[in-house]
Parts: sequence; structure tokens; C-alpha cells
Amino acid sequence: MTVESTAARKPRRSAGSKRTAAKKPPGAQPDLVQLLTPEGKRVKNGEFDAYVADITPEELRGLYRDMVLTRRFDAEATALQRQGELGLWASLLGQEAAQIGSGRATREDDYVFPTYREHGVAWCRGVDPANLLGMFRGVNNGGWDPNSNNFHLYTIVIGSQTLHATGYAMGVAKDGADSAVIAYFGDGASSQGDVAESFTFSAVYNAPVVFFCQNNQWAISEPTERQTRVPLYQRAQGYGFPGVRVDGNDVLACLAVTKWALERARRGEGPTLVEAYTYRMGAHTTSDDPTKYRADEEREAWEAKDPILRLRTYLEASNHADEGFFAELETESEALGKRVREVVRAMPDPDRFAIFENVYADGHALVDEERAQFAAYQASFADEGEGK
Amino acid sequence: MTAEKMALAKAINESLRTALDSDPKVLIMGEDVGKLGGVFRVTDGLQKDFGEDRVIDTPLAESGIVGTAIGLALRGYRPVVEIQFDGFVFPAYDQIVTQLAKMHARALGKIKLPVVIRIPYGGGIGAVEHHSESPEALFAHVAGLKVVSPSTAGDAYWMMQQAIHSDDPVIFFEPKRRYWDKAEVNREAIPGPLHKARVVREGSDLTLAAYGPMVKVCQEAAAAAQEEGKSLEVVDLRSMSPIDFDSIQVSVEKTRRLVVVHEAPVFLGTGAEIAARITERCFYHLEAPVLRVGGYHAPYPPARLEDEYLPGLDRVLDAVDRSLAY
Repeated sequence: MTVESTAARKPRRSAGSKRTAAKKPPGAQPDLVQLLTPEGKRVKNGEFDAYVADITPEELRGLYRDMVLTRRFDAEATALQRQGELGLWASLLGQEAAQIGSGRATREDDYVFPTYREHGVAWCRGVDPANLLGMFRGVNNGGWDPNSNNFHLYTIVIGSQTLHATGYAMGVAKDGADSAVIAYFGDGASSQGDVAESFTFSAVYNAPVVFFCQNNQWAISEPTERQTRVPLYQRAQGYGFPGVRVDGNDVLACLAVTKWALERARRGEGPTLVEAYTYRMGAHTTSDDPTKYRADEEREAWEAKDPILRLRTYLEASNHADEGFFAELETESEALGKRVREVVRAMPDPDRFAIFENVYADGHALVDEERAQFAAYQASFADEGEGK
Repeated sequence: MTAEKMALAKAINESLRTALDSDPKVLIMGEDVGKLGGVFRVTDGLQKDFGEDRVIDTPLAESGIVGTAIGLALRGYRPVVEIQFDGFVFPAYDQIVTQLAKMHARALGKIKLPVVIRIPYGGGIGAVEHHSESPEALFAHVAGLKVVSPSTAGDAYWMMQQAIHSDDPVIFFEPKRRYWDKAEVNREAIPGPLHKARVVREGSDLTLAAYGPMVKVCQEAAAAAQEEGKSLEVVDLRSMSPIDFDSIQVSVEKTRRLVVVHEAPVFLGTGAEIAARITERCFYHLEAPVLRVGGYHAPYPPARLEDEYLPGLDRVLDAVDRSLAY
């Protein structure tokens, strides 16, 4: 009997019905940790309430501020791309709660390994937003010192950074430090071998790392069903560590669950997988056109679960923030947008010899030779004025 | 006692031991490197003496080995990882090319990636497929990596020391069929630069340039040619990135003829680059085109045919004759 004939006897679903098994509305998922409903109501959670029990109104306002400013920064960057100031932008629109909640759960000595969309986490880590824009403008390929904020460079190859995070965490454990490491990735990356290997390595070495998967439902044009038949958080079980699905549009739940996971890591209990169930409200990047592959109704359904709106509702209903706060934030938001525009427009092109800089730490004869050839070539234009 | 005769594999073992002993940040990682001491016993006894925390048996996943080594390097460690055989490095090729090679530049020099990747390479041991390949050009082509290969025990000891001290990623190709060849190792010698070629036999009629396992073949070829009255100079390149073109140039300006020898396929290989560069540099000195002797543009053959595929004494001498005929 051939493999093919075995497969042929299995019942198959038609392509049109493949959503029936795994996909339910997020609210209906029994496994979804939620502390703030889409309507802005605080709901109890026996396991995770403790991690945000002592949160102050000021801290809640801080989370709100972070999300608003991140969204504003993101919108500004998208606009700058449209104006030709950036070559590309990967918007985080809709994922503010997942990023701010998890980012604010980290400690200064923790280390973050982002994808290329973690602008909210970068914000929490104190990375200058201008640094993020340099890469998308095309003036560098990364450009910041990862150690100044314990925030690694954006990684564009999907999933590669999960192994770097795991190795870094193995080093933390060797050093006997109680820091933790957090690796960001998406639903698409969950199919990458490197992510699977990072689960294996972190599990067998009990590395203090949190795998924070933002399941934003779409890997460019491919829905999560194209990546997995089981909810992603359940993958952890097969590797021998816990996996939790959290409402990725609930900043409070993301904060609580990430704190819990980071504390497990600090206590030497090893890795955790957090699946933040969220939605990419915008395009994959400014080069993408989501109208080709997804329906407006889906986006509209998620708009009702907006992460910023629900916290605002909660802040207002609980009298934790007044009109003055929101008005002041609006002013701050405008100022941030203005600063971002100015910084990007003033960003100079790098010196042409930057091509040859930092290729090696200890130098390389060929790079030296080619730099000299390039310089001689440029100098040959000297008569025509500055070699432009 | 300053010098000691030992096998090339033992010299690497001793070099790793020295590094583990002198720098607590040095780690050994790889498949079966612990209790077993590696399939070639290059790491024999190291886990016993330095513990499982520093000599680490890894899961069987090459991308994971290199990817976690990158993370450990970011944390301040100096991992020396073993890829068990040449043909198994490709699952890690992505991490090596897209991450390891570029990260220093991406961070504008703010971080360093002192990772050594040891790869036993080359044929001649009658192995099954994927165990006899010479992929060095695939790494030398990548900016950000340094690529070296020792040909003797003495070089193996010192080049490993220098590779571990390097702040750049180094791909360290170990000529597996020479693992058991013994030579003097002088641990108190002051080694020359890691990427400098060395004239291992002086001659006046033609230069043979080789590295790793082919250096011995070239020395034998030169000895055989001597009996026919031909004086061949043999240059051990030692480094494929960077390549010490200056030393080759000096030799070729003297001998006016060059044959490059390696096990790897000649098409777009190290020899092709050397031929192009030396032709540019030595155009008016050359009496003959630069010739190459190496593997064919075919999958590495089954073991019963590898002697036909690998450059041996006769194929090297054939190329020498062709060059001298000009």
C-alpha cells in the first residue's frame, strides 16, 4: 500500500471549510487569559490577578500613555514612508497592548530579542524611536548598541532571534544571574525550524527565556491556519514547558502573564511560551495590500476589541484619569509626531565609506584593499568637484 | 620541554584545553563533544576536566548550535562550536550567513561575535556521503567571516588559539584525514599572524599553493618533481579569508608559474579567486596561465571513487607539467 493511497482514504475537508476546527472568536477561547474585556470591564482571574494586584492608577495611565504614543509614532512612520522619507515601515497597529504589556513586564537587566515590528517594546526599553527609523530609511542595517537598553537589533530573518535569545539565556543561567530573556516572534515564525530548535534548546537546558508569540492572525497573506493545526500556545506542551494564550489586546493581561513567565524564568523554572492573541490591523508592511487576501469584516470585528479604547473606557469608568490627562497626552502625542518628522527629515545619508566600516572587528586585508580602491576611484572625480 | 610531537587532532585538543584553562568565558559546544569526546576525539577528556557547563553536549540541531552560540557570544562568552562533519553545516548556514557574519556591522561595531565554528572537512577517509566535502568557498564568499585551515599539528594548535582570541567569527576547517598526522607543537613559540601564508618548501620553477589536507600532497609532489630536476615552491595558504595574496605574489614573481590545489570543486572555488587576483597582480611575470587542480563539478563521489576525484600526486604533477610546457 502506498502512502498516497492511505492519504486518499482519509476524509478531507474542502479548502473552504478549513476554518471550522481551530478558529473560534477569541472571546470564546476557554484558554484565553483576559483581565480587561473589550468593553473595558475588569474581570477576575484567579491565577494572574496577583501579578497586577498592586498596580496604581498612575501605572495604568502610564500603560495608556505608552500605547497612545506608540500608536502615534507608528502612524507617523507610516506617513513618512508615504512621503518617501522611509523606504519601508512595518506597522504595529493593533498590537500595542501585546507589546506594551509585555515590554513593561521586563526589568532593566532583562534582555529583549525583537523581530522588526517591536516598536512598542523598543519604546518600553527606552530605545530612541529615531534609532528604529534609521533602518527603515536605509541609513543603516540596525544601528543601535543592543547593550545600551538590553534590546537587541531588529531581526528580519524570521525566527532567527529566538535562538539568540535562548543562547543569551543559557549565558544568564551560567552567570548565575536572575535576569530573564524575552524573545518576540509571530505566528508565521512559529513554522520556522529555528523556533522549534529554540524550544528544544531552552527546554533541555532549562534556559530562563520567555517566548512571546504575537499571533496577529496573518503572516503577510497567510492566515494562522496555514501555520498550525493546534493553537500555538499548545506547542509548548510537546517541549515540556508551559504555554499560555493571553488576550493580546488586553494590556493588563499581557503585563500579568509576561510578569508571571519572567518570574518563572528568574526562579530557574525555565522557558514559557506566551501566545498573545491579537490582530494586525494594518498591512504587513507599507509594501503590502491586505485587501487582496482578507475581508474588511474581519478587521471591523477586531476594531471593537481595540487595545487602547478598552483601557480608556476602564480608566474613565474607574475615575483613574480625567479630561486633563487625555488632553495633555494629546499634546504630548502631537509633539512626538513633530519630533519624529523632524528627526527623520534631518537624518543624513551615511558617509559612502560606511560600506567598509565594521565588516570585521579585527580588520580584513581584502576590505582594506577594496576600501583603498574605492577611495582611489572616488578621488579620480576630484577634478569634477568633490566626486559627487 | 618546549616542543612536543603530537597528532593534529591532539594538538587541537590541547589548544582547546589551553583556552578553557585560561579564559572562563570559553565554551565548547557540539554534538557528542562531551563524554564521547567528539566522533574524532578532538574534545576527548575536556568535559571530564572542565565540566558539563563548559563542554556542552547539544541537541542534534546545527542551526540551534550556532544560533545559541551567537546568543552566548552576545552575553560575553567565546563559544567554540563543533559541526560534526562538513556536509552537516548547512542547517546552520542561515545562522552563519544572515546572523553571525553581519551582526557586528549591523550594530555599527558596538557588539562583537567571537564564535569559532570547527568543521572537520575533506575526503580521503572512505566515508559515506556528506562526510567528505570541502565547502570552504561557500564561507569565504561571505563578508564578516574569517576562514582558516591548518595543515600541521603545530599550526592547528596555534591557529586555534588565535581563532579563539579573534573578535570576529572564524570558520575553522580541520583536515580530517590529517587528524592522525604527527608533528612538533611548540607551545612557547611566538606564532605568526593567523592569516599569513607560509612557504613550506622553497623552489624556483613553479609555485604550488594549497591549504589544509592538500599541503602534504603538494609537498610530496614537489619532492617527486625534484627527482626530475624541477624545483617547486610550496605555499601553505593557511587562510582562505582573508587570503594572503601578497605572499603568493612574492612567490609567483620569483617562479613565474602558479598551480593552486584544493579538494573543493575548482568551479568558482578558492583557486578561481587566486587565479584572477594573481593574474591581475603578476600579469607581466607569468609565463603560463594559473592552473587549478581540485574536485569536479559533481557530487562528492562514493568512497570507492574518491581517489579518482581527489587531487593526488599525479594530478598535481600533471598540472605542473602543463604549466611548464608554456
